[in-house]
Amino acid sequence: MIIGNLVNGVVIDHIPAGRAMELYRLLKLDSLQCEIALIKNAASEKHGRKDILKIGQLDGIDFSILGYIDSEITINYIENGVRVRKFHPQLPDTIYDLIKCKNPRCITTTEQELPHVFRLTDPGTRTYRCVYCQTPAGR
Amino acid sequence: MRHLTDIPDLTAEEIDELISVACDIIERPDRYSQVCLRKKIATLFYEPSTRTRLSFETAMLDLGGSVIGFSSADNSSVAKGESVADTIKTVSCFADIIAIRHPKEGAAYVAAANSSVPVINAGDGGHSHPTQTLTDLLTIKREMGRLGDLTIGCCGDLKFGRTVHSLISAMSRYSGVRFVLISPEELTIPDYVRCDILDKNHIPYKETRDLETSIPDLDILYMTRVQRERFFNEADYVRLKDTYVLTPEKLAGASDNMRVLHPLPRVNEISVSIDSDPRAAYFRQVRNGKFIRMALIMMLLGLTPGF
Ligand SMILES: [Zn+2]
Repeated sequence: MIIGNLVNGVVIDHIPAGRAMELYRLLKLDSLQCEIALIKNAASEKHGRKDILKIGQLDGIDFSILGYIDSEITINYIENGVRVRKFHPQLPDTIYDLIKCKNPRCITTTEQELPHVFRLTDPGTRTYRCVYCQTPAGR
Repeated sequence: MRHLTDIPDLTAEEIDELISVACDIIERPDRYSQVCLRKKIATLFYEPSTRTRLSFETAMLDLGGSVIGFSSADNSSVAKGESVADTIKTVSCFADIIAIRHPKEGAAYVAAANSSVPVINAGDGGHSHPTQTLTDLLTIKREMGRLGDLTIGCCGDLKFGRTVHSLISAMSRYSGVRFVLISPEELTIPDYVRCDILDKNHIPYKETRDLETSIPDLDILYMTRVQRERFFNEADYVRLKDTYVLTPEKLAGASDNMRVLHPLPRVNEISVSIDSDPRAAYFRQVRNGKFIRMALIMMLLGLTPGF
């Protein structure tokens, strides 16, 4: 893969500047064998600075968490060097084991084996709440 | 499998049905004395709450069933570090229904997710205590004869007081209900109650610091305890705990038809000299708690008197 000349893969664009590493971790990209480029603080007409992730494969990545990070992010599918699809990520209904409940009285603080699950309760305000204690996820 | 972890688990119709069954149990208790024959309730109390536990246990005994369980986490497998999930999986092999009390919020959700029998939340930390709310609704219904067209004063800790939030939420669906929210500045209702319940449903409410001048307008005065554990420092607690104490002098301004409710236990927010006043409904409220739990146990077990 040559940066700027991705043939087959996904370009995640308009990532808020400085957050590409976080996304790299959330999308579990370290488990992929393909080429991956992380571009930090690229110039952006819209945002001043942005981050970009270029991933040299099309399948096997769950992008749903991106909607939770920032709805301005764009996901671009590239096939044979041509962009075939561009879309903004949707807000995921449920977030598993990505964020932890900040409520010190929550059952998840004492029962370590419980999955951390948050559910979208208000798409308008992008509010997610812990399924156990209903505490809103801290942004 | 039906559980009750929080009031929204019940439809409005189911709540009305529970209240009506509870009223029938009060009228003719004999009709219900064998409904739960050979059924067992497990009361799993990870923190002591004698009143709530006895209420559940008596409810089951009065339905002809029996009781197993523990009353604190000290001398059970819990003390050896067993998870809620594992305890529930085990206990649901023995019991027909479970009531769980736990200091952590969401414990009842975990219990319900791991149980093969119905689970009732008997209080999970500061989160929810649905059978208290059902008790409050039954009490208002029995004392006032109705659940709509009421001015309800809530007094004390409105910030952390879960019973108040749940009561406001549950009462908001009846028509003609107004709230007077009486609390110190530091303990006013949280935004989610103000925005998501009151404003969203266009419920009229007034926030005030003053109990005495509010009393004459009220049909119900719901008193709550200002809990020591909600404060980070002792000085704040001491300064606020006596702010809203109901005395005979303050009660003198109330209508004869007003009723005073309290989830109990009280510390000193209601003067003992009020207990004999017919407007003091809080011990009748305790009694109602048993009847609504009987109705709930029957509903979750799918049992009816059968004749
Ligand atoms: Zn939580």
